[in-house]
Amino acid sequence: MGSGVAVNLENVWIKFGDFVAVRDANVSINGGDFFSFLGPSGCGKTTILRAVSGFLSPSQGRVLIGGKDMAGIGPNRRPTALIFQNLALFPLMKVWENITFSMEVKGASAAERRKRADELLDMIALGGQGDKLPSELSGGQKQRVAIARALCASPDVLLLDEPLSALDLKLRQHMRTELRAIQQRVGITFIYITHDQGEALTMSDNVAVMKAGVIDQIGTGRDVYDLPSTAFVASFVGENNMFRGKILRIDGDSAQVDVAGIGPLVGRISPAASAQLDAGDEAMIFIRPEALAPGEGEAGRTLNATVVNEEFEGNAFTVYLDAGGNAEIRMSLANTGQHRIAERGSRMALHFPAGKAVVVPVGELASE
Amino acid sequence: MKRKIIFADFFRTNGVLMGSILIALVGFWLVFLVILPQISMLDYSFRFNLPPAQQGGPRDVYTLSNYQHLLYGSDATHQTYNTIDLMVFLRTIVAAILVTIFDMILCYPLAYFLGQSRGSGFVRLLVVLLIIPYWINEILRAFALRIIFGDAGMINEVLMFLHLTREPIDFIRQDVALYAGLGYAYILLMLFPMYNVIESLDRNQIEAARDMGASWPRIHRRIVIPHAKPGIASGCTMVFMLSAGALAAPQILGGPSSLWFTQLVYQWFNNSLNWQQGAAYAIVLLVSTIIIVLTFMRIFKVSMGDIGK
Repeated sequence: MGSGVAVNLENVWIKFGDFVAVRDANVSINGGDFFSFLGPSGCGKTTILRAVSGFLSPSQGRVLIGGKDMAGIGPNRRPTALIFQNLALFPLMKVWENITFSMEVKGASAAERRKRADELLDMIALGGQGDKLPSELSGGQKQRVAIARALCASPDVLLLDEPLSALDLKLRQHMRTELRAIQQRVGITFIYITHDQGEALTMSDNVAVMKAGVIDQIGTGRDVYDLPSTAFVASFVGENNMFRGKILRIDGDSAQVDVAGIGPLVGRISPAASAQLDAGDEAMIFIRPEALAPGEGEAGRTLNATVVNEEFEGNAFTVYLDAGGNAEIRMSLANTGQHRIAERGSRMALHFPAGKAVVVPVGELASE
Repeated sequence: MKRKIIFADFFRTNGVLMGSILIALVGFWLVFLVILPQISMLDYSFRFNLPPAQQGGPRDVYTLSNYQHLLYGSDATHQTYNTIDLMVFLRTIVAAILVTIFDMILCYPLAYFLGQSRGSGFVRLLVVLLIIPYWINEILRAFALRIIFGDAGMINEVLMFLHLTREPIDFIRQDVALYAGLGYAYILLMLFPMYNVIESLDRNQIEAARDMGASWPRIHRRIVIPHAKPGIASGCTMVFMLSAGALAAPQILGGPSSLWFTQLVYQWFNNSLNWQQGAAYAIVLLVSTIIIVLTFMRIFKVSMGDIGK
């Protein structure tokens, strides 16, 4: 197996006619990382993947794999292997022929290929199934065959284009764990494309969140979730409550934002945005539903709202509240056996802990 | 048992009245358009060519003489073979196979181009342009080719203008015009089945193969051609069957000394008014072409179901 090889995008622009699919992308992916590009469909993440795999070349900028500029090197000569969204297994070839196609291309003998196929089939727990056709396998098995086929070429970088999107929920969650385990076993760089933030957060070492061709934030899953740098990232990754108001005061890394109808709320300024925010500016403050809890808290970390509805979701309750004029508020409470939280229409005080509210500049939200 | 269930389902989904009408139509088509004409030809081919007065009489018995005539001619002792007719037969089969291969080689790249550059307006225009000549009658098209290939035709004019030849080349006598005409007559029946299967090929499979380092020849050999095989097979079957059974093109474009087997059949029916002899010749052609098609399908591992797709 190849070892971790770094992938770098330097000032990459990709244009189709007048349409800019990727705008000035700068990403450095460490060797051996599980790196995800996360964004809604049409944000340019697949385009980036195609530029790394060599199926298209950037209009401007450089793609480096292992420090080597890939300009002019076709997909068949790059140390990458791509797993397609629909897997693109060859339906007329047996499973073992599928897996070892990259060896067949290099002229390996049938016996050699068969041996390697059996090794890889054992690795993906499909031992003895090499003589089947892909159509005889289940969705999860096909998935694993596609992974084995990509790994057979001993690539330095494995590129995955939403390969789990066709699977049902249970299998998808299982495959996440499995993919992560495979990546850690083989130790090569994985670049993963997804619109599912759950996948990105559970599997990745680092995540790049994209919107309309622009990379908004790169960081660990934890960073992206806890300290989003833009309104888009805050609203796209996970659930969030948004309040808009004017910054009254900035005090170190925290800001006091005056929200109409609610009053001043104190939040932490997103590190990436601190230079862009000054007292008197309009800003957005985001508070996660699970950060809210019933009861009075410190000044600036308490808000009052009227209960609109309550939903039971098994492991949690979601309480919908109205804070007067402004946005609907969602509060998520773990199911610890409590009874109804509050009567519909009753007034309720909510609080949140310090550091759990994030202040970012006003920006576009992710459309639901 | 299983068949009964299919019929029951058929009536349930279509209703008894509509179901009966549909089954009756299919039955009519099978019996009157497929089975009866073939059986009557088969029956004819085993009878003597008798004047009407003797038909149904004591001399009207089944015979193999019509088939023997193809093998031995009028030689009642069966000492010499009917080399003229047999050679015409052989030549027709070999030429039809060559025409089929030629059309296949010509159509594959075109079908690949059309099928994989899907959706563009230019491609749709190109397909229409390919179809338009076929709105014209087959015989007119054959005559047009005869003019083009004639002594004073466009091709000879160009060749002489370029001083590639001093005398006009006799394309008609050399059978060039015949093969070109046959190849042209049924080429769309090769192109469209190929185009349809290649269009249904997932582009990702080509990219996946490329990503794994495959060269273009290997991608075609391992991915595109296996996928396109049913379309290629059905195109080849149609072109071969129709070329072997063509009449207009050989009649108009064939040289004076070269006969097509269908022309012999035509002569028996039309000139000699010996329908029984003509029917025997036609049956031999039909059975031989079917055997050849089945043999090729066996060699290239194509099943009947693939062709029907």
